Amino acid sequence: MSKLFPVTVTVNGQKYSREVEARMLLSDFLRHELGLMGTHVGCEHGICGACTIIFDGEAVRSCLMFAVQANGHNIRTVESLGTPDNLHPLQESFTEKHALQCGFCTPGFLMTLTPFLEQNPRPTEEQVREAIDGNICRCTGYEKIIEATLDASKKMSSGK
Amino acid sequence: MKPVRFDYFAPSSTEEALDTLAELGYNGKVLAGGQSLIAAMNFRMARPAALVDLNNIPELAYIKPTADGGLAIGTMTRVSQVEKNPEVAKRYPLLAEVSKFIAHPQIRARGTFGGAIAHADPAGQLPSIAVVMNMELVILGKGRERRVLAPDLIVGPFMTVIEPDEMLAQVVLSPLPPKTGSKYIQVSRQKGGYAQAAVSSVVTLDDKGNCKNVRLVFMAVGEVPILSQKAAEILVGNPPSVEAYKEVAEAAMDEIDPATDLHGTADYRRNLVRVLTVRCLDEAFERAKRGG
Amino acid sequence: MTGKYFGQRETRLEDPQLLTGKAQFIDDIVIPGMLHAAFMRSDYAHARIKKIDVSAALKRPGVVAIYTAEDFGDYWKPGPLQVPPPTAIKGSQFNARTLVPIAKDKVRFSGEPIAIVIAESRYIAEDAFDDIIFDAEPLPAVVDLEKAWEDTSVLVHEDLPSNMAALVKQEAGNYEEAKKNADVVISRKLYADRNAGAAMENRGLVVEWNDRKEEMTVWATSQAPLPLRGAIAGRLGLVDNQVRVEIPFIGGGFGPKVMTSQTDDVLLPWIAMKLNRPIKWIEDRRENFLGTTSERDQVHYCEIALKKDGTILGFKDVFYHNTGAYDSYGMTVPLNTQTHTVNNYRVPNFYTEIRMVFTNEMVVTPVRGAGRPEGVFIMERMLDIAAKELKMDPAEIRRKNLLTPAEFPVHTGIIGQDFVEGVLDTGDYKGNLERVLEMVDYEKFRKEIQPKARKEGKHLGIGVVTFTEGTSVGPYEGARVTIGNNGKVSCSTGYSTQGQGHYTVFAQIVAEQLNVKPKDVKVITGDTDHFHWGAGTFASRGAAIAGTAMHLAAVKVREKTLATGAKFLEVPVEEVDLCEGYVCVKSDPKKQISLGELAFKANPMRGTIAPGVEPGLEATAYFAPPYGATGSGAVALILEVDPETVEAKIKRFVIVHDCGTVINPLILEGQIQGAVSMGIGNVWYEKITYDENGQLLTASFMDYLMPQATDMPDRIEIGHAVNTTPLNPLGIKGVGEAGAIPTPPAFIQALEDALPEYNLELLESNLYPARVYEQLKKDA
Repeated sequence: MSKLFPVTVTVNGQKYSREVEARMLLSDFLRHELGLMGTHVGCEHGICGACTIIFDGEAVRSCLMFAVQANGHNIRTVESLGTPDNLHPLQESFTEKHALQCGFCTPGFLMTLTPFLEQNPRPTEEQVREAIDGNICRCTGYEKIIEATLDASKKMSSGK
Repeated sequence: MKPVRFDYFAPSSTEEALDTLAELGYNGKVLAGGQSLIAAMNFRMARPAALVDLNNIPELAYIKPTADGGLAIGTMTRVSQVEKNPEVAKRYPLLAEVSKFIAHPQIRARGTFGGAIAHADPAGQLPSIAVVMNMELVILGKGRERRVLAPDLIVGPFMTVIEPDEMLAQVVLSPLPPKTGSKYIQVSRQKGGYAQAAVSSVVTLDDKGNCKNVRLVFMAVGEVPILSQKAAEILVGNPPSVEAYKEVAEAAMDEIDPATDLHGTADYRRNLVRVLTVRCLDEAFERAKRGG
Repeated sequence: MTGKYFGQRETRLEDPQLLTGKAQFIDDIVIPGMLHAAFMRSDYAHARIKKIDVSAALKRPGVVAIYTAEDFGDYWKPGPLQVPPPTAIKGSQFNARTLVPIAKDKVRFSGEPIAIVIAESRYIAEDAFDDIIFDAEPLPAVVDLEKAWEDTSVLVHEDLPSNMAALVKQEAGNYEEAKKNADVVISRKLYADRNAGAAMENRGLVVEWNDRKEEMTVWATSQAPLPLRGAIAGRLGLVDNQVRVEIPFIGGGFGPKVMTSQTDDVLLPWIAMKLNRPIKWIEDRRENFLGTTSERDQVHYCEIALKKDGTILGFKDVFYHNTGAYDSYGMTVPLNTQTHTVNNYRVPNFYTEIRMVFTNEMVVTPVRGAGRPEGVFIMERMLDIAAKELKMDPAEIRRKNLLTPAEFPVHTGIIGQDFVEGVLDTGDYKGNLERVLEMVDYEKFRKEIQPKARKEGKHLGIGVVTFTEGTSVGPYEGARVTIGNNGKVSCSTGYSTQGQGHYTVFAQIVAEQLNVKPKDVKVITGDTDHFHWGAGTFASRGAAIAGTAMHLAAVKVREKTLATGAKFLEVPVEEVDLCEGYVCVKSDPKKQISLGELAFKANPMRGTIAPGVEPGLEATAYFAPPYGATGSGAVALILEVDPETVEAKIKRFVIVHDCGTVINPLILEGQIQGAVSMGIGNVWYEKITYDENGQLLTASFMDYLMPQATDMPDRIEIGHAVNTTPLNPLGIKGVGEAGAIPTPPAFIQALEDALPEYNLELLESNLYPARVYEQLKKDA
C-alpha cells in the first residue's frame, strides 16, 4: 500500500531524484532523504518557523508541504548561504551581534531574512520586526536578531 | 506528528482535476495552499483518503480585470500575490489591507485566495471579506459550472456548498461604485494570530453625503461570517454619525453568537464587536468621503 | 574586572557551526539500522488500565516491536528521586512517589505513555497507534489544588492516605506575635499559573548498543549527562565506563531537560539491547506539551502585616503547590518560592508553609525561574496592594523596606533548595531601585508624561518591582584543562550546554589565564567520556560553578607551565611570563619556548618523570560553593493599554541587574533579553491549562501562545550593577533566569496603574486581555 512517487527537485543548485511516499513532509525529505540537516523541525504546526526554507524564491514552511509537491521546483536551505570559513554577510552580522543562542531557530530566520533583504535592501527596524514575526525564538528575545539584520542590510547594500 | 497515508494525484489541467475529483467522489479532497489542511493532517485530525493537488495547474492562478471593471481571481492565486498586486490595491484597498492580517508572509506565500475562502474557517479573514464584498464564486464540476455568492457559499463552520466532486475555480469581484470606503479591523492576541473578533465594512455614500449602501460583516463571532441585517436599516438614507454607528453596534449584539474559549469569553467578544463596529464604520465612512 | 579576554564582548566560537546548519542536534544523528520509537499516550488523566492489546499493531508492516509495562518484567520500577527529600528541614513531611517509566495498572496524567512502538519509521510507528486497543476504566481527575489537599475520596496514589505529597513549614522570627503590633494587615489569595519551557527543540534520545564491544552510546537532549549516565548504567547492570552519554547541540533547555529517568532514558536503552538495533526517539511538539514537565502552579494565601508608614513587620504565606502526578524532583521549586518571597526586603518575621499535592496532571519540575518567580510575584503584589491601602507610591513602599548593603551578609533563617540556610551574600538593592527609577525617569513619568497622555486619552501605566535571584548553588562542578602539542588547549567539563555560550565563556576564562586566543581553546561539555563528574545545568550555575572550576584548573596549568618553562629556560620562575602562546623571559622576550613544545617536553616518551609530578601541562579542578550567590535587580515597565479592548503594548522596559563579575557582556545581554521575553510570555501570552477532567487544553502552539517579535518592546534597556560575591574567586553570580522573575509583577502593576479608575486588583500571574476585562467589570 505504500505507493511511491517520484520527486526531482533542485536544492542549493544540485538536482536530486528520489521516490517517496506522498505523505512524507518536505521538512523530513530535506533532512532525512537528502541529509541536509540544517533545516530544523520545531512544531509541524506551521507556527514556529524553524523549518523555513526558500521555495522558488519565497520563504515557506517546509513542514506544511509534502515532498512530492517540490517536484520540478527550486529550493534553497541554510546550507546554501555560507560555510564556517566563509560566512554570508548576514551570518557574519548574526555572530557579531549575538543574534543566536541555541541556534535551533536560526536557519529558519536566515531563510526568512534572505529573500526579505533581497526584496527590501534597506529596511527600517519596524519592517524587520514584522518580517521576522512568523519565526519564534525562545532564547534571544529578538532584539539582537533585528540589530544583526539591520547591520547586514547596511553591509550588503553598500556592496561590501 | 506525521500524517496518515493517502493517495495522491497531481493533475496538470483543470479538466484533469475535475475528472479525478469525479472519480474519487467522497474520498477526494482538494489540496490548494495546504497551510490549513496539511497542519490538520499533521495532527491526524484530517485524514483524507486521497488528495488532488491543484498546484501544478498554472491556468488556475491569475488576476485579470473583468469587462465591467471588476477583477477575476483564479483560485490558486497565492494570498501574497493578491496582497502585492497593484490592480487589487487600486480597486479593492480592503483586500490589500486585510492580507496583512492573514498569518505571516511565509503562510501567505503558499496559501491560496480561493483555498482560504473554500476552507470557510469561521475565524478566517478571506471568507469574511468574500461576504462583505459579495464576491461571486465560480464552482466547477465535471462538465458543469455554477455561480454562488459568498453569503450563500458558506453554510457552517468549515462547510460550504461545494460538493466533494467539485472545486472552486474562480472568484469574481464586482467594481465598487464611486464614494465607496471600506475598512477591516480586528483584535487578535498577537499579530498574525487568530482574530478574537473582527469587523469589516464596505459603505457607499450618495451625492448628498448620506449613506447609500452598507455591508457590515462580523467575523469569528459565530459559525459563519455574519452579515449584519440591521446596519442597512439604521444607516441607509441617513448621514453617517457616531451615534448611528453605536446604534448599529448595539443591534449587533443580537446578531452575533460568539463562543467562549481559552483566550476569551463570549462576553469579551461581544465587547470587542461593540467597540470595533464603531471604529470600523467610522473609518470606512471617512474613506468614502475622501473618495475611497 | 576586565582582562584581555575576560570581561570582553567576544563573539561566540560555536556560532559558525550553528549558523551554517553544521551543528549536530539530536535528530541529526543517523546510525545505520536505526529504528524509530513512538510513545502511545493515554488520553485519560486518571484511569485504571484493564487491557492494552497490541496484537493487531504487531501485524502492521514496518512495526518491529511493541512494549507495554508488563514486557519489561522486573526492569520496570519507579525511578529514583532526582533531588533528595527535605529532611534538612525540621518537621518536614515528604511522600516520595517517583515517576514511573511507563504506566502500569494505572494512568495518572493525560499524556502518560502506555505503550512504546518500535518501527522502521516514525510515520509507521504513529500509524500503529490506531491498531492498539487501550481498555481503561476512567476515574475522576484530581485537578484542584485545595480540593486535592482536603478531599481523600479520590487518590492519585492509592497507597497513601491522601494526596499530600509534602508539608514543609519554615519560620524566621514569629509572625503571629509581630502581627499584634501591626497597623494594617492585608490578606489575599494569589494564583501563580503554569508555564512550559517550550524550547524550540523538543526532547530526544538516540541509543546504540554495540554488542561486540559491549558498550552503549546514548545521545540525549539532557541538561544532566552525568546523572543520566550513572542511572542508565546502574539500571542495566553495566559498569559506568560501558556507557557513554554524549550531549549534542541542544536547542534550548530552560529546565525541563534536566529531568531524567523518564520513559526514553529508562526504557529505550533496554530495548536497544534487546533488539540489538540502534533506537531513535524524537519528541514532537504535542508530546512536549503533554509529556514534558512544566512549572508554576501554586495557590497562595498571603498575609502581610505593616506599620502605617509602610514598614513590613511580617509576612505569612500558606501555599498549595502542584507537583503533578509524581514528585521526582522533590521540593526544589516550592523551596525556591519560600526563599524568594522576602529576599529583597527586611522582613523580620516570616512564616511560610508548603502544602504540596499530587494531581492528575503532568509532573512539575523547574522552568526558568524555578519557583523564584512565584515568590517574587506574591511579595510584589502584596506590596502593591499595601501601597494602595496606605496611599503610598509603589516605589516608596519598596524603598522603605529594601535591605541595605550594611546589613549583609543576611542570614535569612529559611532553608533553600540546596538544603542549607539561605544567606544573601552581597547586593545593593536600594541602589538597583534608584537606578531603575532614574533610567525610566520615574518622577517625570508620574508628573508629566502620564498625566499628559491621559489628557490625550491615552492610558499609560508604570510598574516598578525589585527582585533577587538565587543562583550558583552546589553541589560542585569540575573541569580539566590540557595544553596540547600544538599549543592549543583542550578543556572539558561535566557541565552541559543548551545555547548559553559555554564554549566561548569557558574559553575566555582559560584564555585569560594562559594568554592564548579563545579560538585556540576548545571546550567540550556534556560528554561523559571526556569528563565524568558533575551535577548538571540548572539554577544559573554554569558561569559561577563550572566557570570557576575551569578557572581553577587553568590557574594550576598556568602555574605548572610557568614552572616547567622556567626550568627549561633556566631562569627563576619569577622571571618568566606567558606571552601569547609562549613562555618567555620577561627581561628578554626573545628567550622563549612555545606552549606546544613545552607540552611535548612535559610528556616524555622515554626516561622518567619526577615523583609527584604528573605528565603534561594539565590540571583538573573542582569547585563547590558553601551556598549559592544571590543576584538582584529591579525592573520598570511602562505599558499603554486600550481600555476598551484591553490590548496592551509595552512602551518601555528597563531592567537593572547585578550578577557580580561579568565574563562576557554580549552574552549577558542575550541572557537578560531572552529571559525577559519569557517573562513577557508568562504574564500575557502563555498558560498551560488543564480542564476539570485533567485534559490538557494547550497542547499546541495554536493554544499555547509564544511571544513574537512584535510582542516585545522596541528595546530592553539594561543597566548593570556589579557587587561581586565572595563565594567564588571570580566573584561571579548567575544570571540565566533573572529576566523571567520580575517581569510578571511589573507588568501587572503597570496594568493596574494604566486603568486607575477601574480599581483593578489582579491576583493571577498569567493574564490576557479577556481575563482583565472580566476583572475590570467586577472591580469598577
